[in-house]
Amino acid sequence: MSELADLTLRQASKALRSGDVTSKELTNTCINRIEAVEPRIKAFLAQTFDLALKQADAADEVLTQWRKNGGDPPAQTCGVPIAVKDVLCTEGIPTTCGSRILEGFRPPYNATSVARLIDSGSVILGKTNTDEFAMGSSTENSAYGTTHNPWDLDRVPGGSSGGSAAAVAAHMSYAALGTDTGGSVRQPAAFCGVTGLKTSYGRVSRYGLIAYGSSLDTVGALARSAEDLVPVFQVIAGHDPKDSTSMPVSVPEIKLNTSDVSGLRIGVPGEYFIDGIQEEVETAVREAVDVFVSLGAEVKHISLPHTDLALPVYYLIAPAEASANLARYDAVRYGPRIESDELLEQYIQTRGALFGTEVKRRIMLGTFALSAGYYDAYYGQAQKVRTMIKDDFESAFKEVDLIACPVTPTTAFRIGEHGDDPLSMYLEDVFTLPANLAGVPGIAFPVGIDSAGLPIGIQLKAPHMGEELLFQAAHAYQQNTSYHRDSPNL
Amino acid sequence: MALTSEEVRQIASLARLKLTAEEEERYAEQLSAVLDYAARLSEVDTSKISPTASVLPLTAPLRNDVIVPCPPREKIMANAPRSDKGMFSVPPVLD
Repeated sequence: MSELADLTLRQASKALRSGDVTSKELTNTCINRIEAVEPRIKAFLAQTFDLALKQADAADEVLTQWRKNGGDPPAQTCGVPIAVKDVLCTEGIPTTCGSRILEGFRPPYNATSVARLIDSGSVILGKTNTDEFAMGSSTENSAYGTTHNPWDLDRVPGGSSGGSAAAVAAHMSYAALGTDTGGSVRQPAAFCGVTGLKTSYGRVSRYGLIAYGSSLDTVGALARSAEDLVPVFQVIAGHDPKDSTSMPVSVPEIKLNTSDVSGLRIGVPGEYFIDGIQEEVETAVREAVDVFVSLGAEVKHISLPHTDLALPVYYLIAPAEASANLARYDAVRYGPRIESDELLEQYIQTRGALFGTEVKRRIMLGTFALSAGYYDAYYGQAQKVRTMIKDDFESAFKEVDLIACPVTPTTAFRIGEHGDDPLSMYLEDVFTLPANLAGVPGIAFPVGIDSAGLPIGIQLKAPHMGEELLFQAAHAYQQNTSYHRDSPNL
Repeated sequence: MALTSEEVRQIASLARLKLTAEEEERYAEQLSAVLDYAARLSEVDTSKISPTASVLPLTAPLRNDVIVPCPPREKIMANAPRSDKGMFSVPPVLD
């Protein structure tokens, strides 16, 4: 049955529709796979196998009825087992955000993105590990232990959607939901050799996404190819009245024309090719751009002049928003409580003890940046520079259709490598942060393997709401190369 | 921007976080490093730039003022660390 775990989502979906395989068989395959490799990977915080098998039975019923009676085909995600990052609410299923302060919390509702997948017939295998409250670039900040990169167990899977990336890379699920606030889908996708989509801000509802940085958070997905991501995107994307920041615009029906990228103008920004990038990463990224040229694309050198300001801007805005969003963790309505005689003591004791180090650091950074006397110089100034970064993209997209660049300065680093140096960890995000500040979508996919056997990813960024072009370009690349078909030996 | 342990204690108090003395010292060092790095923003001329609060051109969407079903109380109370007669129970606020 191991070949079933190695199917692409597309292949699985086709086999489900034809009746060659049942959702129950696929779900059991994933369950067996998880039992076999999960002890080494630690991608999951919660496993919901009983629920999954019930969902699989229901999906099998839908597929059988459709084969018998015809009508509109079920969604391509019907019957497909997927995993969900533990910052997304799943009704009745423990949702911790990788934090002790939400230990035992069972949401009373599903996040919209989750509900839409469930309604389409998807099977939920469980909740995946994450840096606490999505704050981190390695999944080492999870209060429940780190996840291990399936390509090298001594290395990180990236973060904060490290559990989701590892689950997909290790063939424990066919796709996984992730979230990207500063790179948290794209960076783990690159480190784990999978394809990850950061959606445009406003494209997928944030209802039920436990908030970190409300002007930056996006719900995205990871799978083993762009082609596999499309069905997931089609289901989760689209306006939601419950999220006042979700755009009331229609979602295109994505058509993946094969390899025709002739005339596509790809911009390569000089500011992203800095000293300090691992040489093999730069080489692989440039070679990938050459593949696009061989397929008919045109490459232009562009400038995104305020790129080097993205990091300080992000590390003022995101913590500021986080300090407000995490004020709700007061042990009043949910989560564990450190009992006290007095309410203020209850707050400070619970929050002091149950928030992790990085979370407390960012809350304090944000509190400082918003405090009286400092607001204008720090947060206010950061908001203005954010406009300049957003404008860089708008100008660039007048000259080019897509921007190509590295995802990370290096391949996956070792667990513990950054020690307790927050700034060195923050520098992992330099290439991904700008897209979140501008609100534009991005896709990361594998374009090579380095001499240590670790995957190298490239990133494409598109104008706001430009996911279709991202999918088409990534698919064209993947039709002509096979890096996305490499898998770790486990 | 160099923060002292005392300033960290004040920020922690605003953020309702109890820190150990060791944490106060460590965070003072780390936060100062991040703020020093962020200080490069002060060199940018933003005199003609308006701030971005949201990347979207949206204003607050409105809905009709009709009552819609809300979740049952038991569901909402199910996660309460302590409750009494269907209400969240908290210790008193003492001055």
